[in-house]
Amino acid sequence: MIATNTLERRPAAVSPGVTSRRSRRSYRARKIATPYLLLLPAVLMYVVFTVYPIFRQFEISFFNWHIFPGASNPFVGFSNFTKVFHDPVVRTAAFNSFLYIVITVPAQMAIGLFAAAFLTDRLPGGMFWRAAVYIPVVTSWVVVSFIFAYIFSSEGGIMNAVAGFFTGHTETIPWTAQTWTGNAVIWLIGIWKGVGWSFIIFLAALDGVPRQLLESARIDGATEPRVWRHVVLPSIRPAFIFVLVLLVIGAAQVFTQIYLVTLGGPYNSTQALMPYMYMLAFKDFEFGYAAAMASLLAVVLFGFSVAEIRILRQEV
Amino acid sequence: MAIAIGQVQGSRRAQARRGRAGPEGNIEQPGLFGIRRMNKTRLAIGIVLALVSLFPLLYMLSLSFQPNGGIIGSTALIPTHPTGSNYVQAWTENSFGHYFFNSLFVAIATVVITVTFAALAAFAFARYSFPLKEFIFYAFLAALAVPGLLLLIPQYLLLERLHLIDSLIGLTLLYVSSNLPFTIFFLRGFFQGIPREYEEAFRLEGAGTLRVISRLIVPLSVPALAVVSIFTFNAAWDEFPAATTMLNTPSHFTLPVGLADFIGANTTAWGPLFAASVIATVPTIIVFILAMRWFRSGVSLGGLR
Repeated sequence: MIATNTLERRPAAVSPGVTSRRSRRSYRARKIATPYLLLLPAVLMYVVFTVYPIFRQFEISFFNWHIFPGASNPFVGFSNFTKVFHDPVVRTAAFNSFLYIVITVPAQMAIGLFAAAFLTDRLPGGMFWRAAVYIPVVTSWVVVSFIFAYIFSSEGGIMNAVAGFFTGHTETIPWTAQTWTGNAVIWLIGIWKGVGWSFIIFLAALDGVPRQLLESARIDGATEPRVWRHVVLPSIRPAFIFVLVLLVIGAAQVFTQIYLVTLGGPYNSTQALMPYMYMLAFKDFEFGYAAAMASLLAVVLFGFSVAEIRILRQEV
Repeated sequence: MAIAIGQVQGSRRAQARRGRAGPEGNIEQPGLFGIRRMNKTRLAIGIVLALVSLFPLLYMLSLSFQPNGGIIGSTALIPTHPTGSNYVQAWTENSFGHYFFNSLFVAIATVVITVTFAALAAFAFARYSFPLKEFIFYAFLAALAVPGLLLLIPQYLLLERLHLIDSLIGLTLLYVSSNLPFTIFFLRGFFQGIPREYEEAFRLEGAGTLRVISRLIVPLSVPALAVVSIFTFNAAWDEFPAATTMLNTPSHFTLPVGLADFIGANTTAWGPLFAASVIATVPTIIVFILAMRWFRSGVSLGGLR
């Protein structure tokens, strides 16, 4: 440390003259420029592939956009936006997306927290249990959709065998072709695949709960539920907010399992907002209308996330 | 030298953070109903959770080894006549081998570019103060609140204009952009926790900023870099909506696109489908298991602190 202090003064004390002034100026310029240069690659990528598309999407919303080159794209004002509010499928899709959020997010958080509370280091088998719970997270959505489609398949799926075993009925249930059972399969896939993620975040958060606080609460005779309510939960609050906000955003974009398992059917009754928007754009080529939907959704989701963070930060 | 010191202090700090651990460093977590009594209950919970988590995947593994004709209606968990023919068919005839390498290319390129760019940006956010810093940071954060799926339409038109449609490079650029915000946010939190003194010592030896990052910050941040690399790898490997939108030619397909395309064409060929699914799943699990030891420290030290 002493040696480094003398080293620090040397450059300023030694080099005098013109060269030093120039080098000092270029040094200062470089110092100002450094953070911007460091940010440049990331900002460039972000502006071109995320920020610009946001504005471009808004622009497309005002046109009856045709994807084919040479076709004219007439300006239609706000009509794409008003259409969104009069589309009955949007209503069903919004309702299904809402249900998906309010069902899968609390379920994922509850099971994730439960698992994090119980699967501790002291367990025989150590890391295995955690790895097992986390593995669905690293499995592909497409793969998971196919496995569940097969398990719930009406031609020999294992779920019909199980249902038949318990009810005694022999007729097969077309799980993924009915509205409510189809929705239930979609929720189940979301919960099964998502639990590991909140689990791993809660695990890290529980690790940071101050030991002294826990011990003193226990010594004072607090019961475990009280310890949890007054010590554990308040100290994992930031992680809780983080998980909640990101899970809601994730749940709002439920897509793959609907697109692959039920295709939104029967008659759009299991449709959700993202797959509907996607099918409008890339199956029906209604780019303008789909872009208007996407713009509205982006505004709603952004507002929702900001509000969520604000509210949860306030109430302490 | 500075690196060695950093590691020692880092681990000591981590220990202190976990509280007064016993001599063996065993750490107890708060169990719902007290700690010592409930090991059997916890073991039972662990078994149930592991079974529920793993059953569908084990089922898939089993199905992938059953001859295709025997799959429909099969509820057997252990294949009665195991065969590898599904794998041979999936890898060669159904060109999943080709899709595999496409996915690998996209995932690795996405990880390398994302983590490099994000580390540079995160270092700027963690160490410098400069005009517009807050604005740029919150502009990145805002993207976390808007699902990437919503931008597929303008991104499609953009890639078309750049002649990057139906191209793995175009897809990679989209993935980099969508993975940058979280990675920057996470790494910034981690970098802020690295004491500045180490950096000053480095600077005095004449090291430039890039050298400080590559020789000091990166070695000290291995757990955090491992965690964001896994997140990014999985996100790119797993991504379906953008890939199926942007890629049209079968020779450019990634695994998820190939899988979805395959089931569209052969609705009953479950055997090769599940073999291909296993092929698609194994790399992510291997990457996860290799990196698992970094996971806990990386997550707890990152942006979530």
